Amino acid sequence: MKHPTPGFDWETRFYWEGCARGELWLQRCRACGTVRHRPRAICPKCLSGEIEYIRASGRGTVYTFTVTHQNQHPAFRGATPYVMAYVQLEEGPRILTNIVDCEPGEVRVGLPVVVDFGEPEGEVAVPRFRPS
Amino acid sequence: MSLSGRIAIAGAWEHPTRWAPDKSDWQIMAESARGALADAGLGIGDVDALFAAGMGMGPMGVVQLAEYLDLHPSYVDGTNIGGSSFVAHVAHAGAAIHAGLCETALVLYGSTAASNAMAIGTGLGGGRDAASGFSAPFGLTTVGGYAMVAQRHMADYGTTSEQLAEIAVTMRHHASMNPDAKMRKPITVDDVLESRIISHPLHLLDCCIISDGGGALVVTSVERARDLAREPVLMLGCGEALWHTGTGAPDLLTIAARDSGERAFRMAGVARDDIDLATIYDSFTITVLATLENLGFCKPGEGGEFVGGGRIRLGGALPVNPDGGGLSSNHPGMRGIFLVIEAVRQLRGECGDRQVADAKLACVHGTGGLLGTMHSGATLVLAKG
Ligand SMILES: [Zn+2]
Repeated sequence: MKHPTPGFDWETRFYWEGCARGELWLQRCRACGTVRHRPRAICPKCLSGEIEYIRASGRGTVYTFTVTHQNQHPAFRGATPYVMAYVQLEEGPRILTNIVDCEPGEVRVGLPVVVDFGEPEGEVAVPRFRPS
Repeated sequence: MSLSGRIAIAGAWEHPTRWAPDKSDWQIMAESARGALADAGLGIGDVDALFAAGMGMGPMGVVQLAEYLDLHPSYVDGTNIGGSSFVAHVAHAGAAIHAGLCETALVLYGSTAASNAMAIGTGLGGGRDAASGFSAPFGLTTVGGYAMVAQRHMADYGTTSEQLAEIAVTMRHHASMNPDAKMRKPITVDDVLESRIISHPLHLLDCCIISDGGGALVVTSVERARDLAREPVLMLGCGEALWHTGTGAPDLLTIAARDSGERAFRMAGVARDDIDLATIYDSFTITVLATLENLGFCKPGEGGEFVGGGRIRLGGALPVNPDGGGLSSNHPGMRGIFLVIEAVRQLRGECGDRQVADAKLACVHGTGGLLGTMHSGATLVLAKG
């Protein structure tokens, strides 16, 4: 699937660099322990700027999903239907993503999935998930 | 002294247009201002506070609007939290009036969303800002966010597409009694289920329409409203809330309405059972179901059953959107102002065939943004004066 290339700044660079290596990275606050996604410089729970980077296992389950049949953004013309989902990661956060490598009709809430970066697309790779 | 019961909506007017390719957003807003001020028995010179938001209004949008209307307001509020903005504007206007910062507030909305061919529900997905990198590559659309809420509700509670469809059928039934509604031909549950899938499990007829349109409200103190043309409608309670994915583990079935509703009902001092009708932002059928649960009209998970059996129809225990809502009457990009206007008209008893009998108390709830990612909620409890 072709997609709008994500922009990134210094707050999120580690994340996209990890993706390019085929790794999914999260942030954990050194002060209060909160694991957060999406990445940001400051912990929203305690406002600490001390960050520990943790590599996610890449395993999770489908929390919810939708099979998109209409998206008028030019990048998605011809890409429908596709499955957009929140995946519940083992580390706590839920991540917005796509479920790939299966028929849309096979996706259900609770389906075990694993991260799949596929082929790099342009500048970056994007974390999608497939049934595990 | 509490705000409750001290503020009134003295004028309300819905622009009858649903298709206005020959008009600008500004013209629709100005025509709406004329309508609501005439309704209140006031003129533009009486306005000392301006509240507005719009799809195309940038950071200086409210200033541009003041220029268009040649207004020099002493109080201005361009809060834009999505389609709920205008519900919040009524509360903000009430607070400012109560604090003595202004006396007569004009709340405005106007849009040519339909004649500009705006793809509101299915057109998102772009953007190069860093934050959008976590949604845009995956094809997030507005309807997709709501569809994921519907899917999770179905998985947790066994809610069905038929139950969601019942909401769309009800709104169309109501619209059939509203001469200004854009879609008036009755539909059935099968019609909804047989309409094409936009974002599974939501069908075309689970989605609001796109129209042009606009509206206006005049908000003032109860004392001043009593001297004006119309019977005032009182603001008994107000509340707002924001909800989002936070640090990454949102419960998608808990929405801002839970908090904004609790705040509004607490201020109003009335029970859910006392409410005679509700106007609820119906961007999609699931929006209504999730809102009814979160406002406390039924328990979490009971929404599917609650909307059945005619309960939310005219004549039922809690008629919802007697005008036909965004699903059938009008949806010019942002719809919050019409929720307030219809509640006012119902409490005044001027709705003809679609009048809720003996309506004394209304609950208004606007949702802005996307359930499933980030959104706002604004609730009002309004009473017949
Ligand atoms: Zn922290």
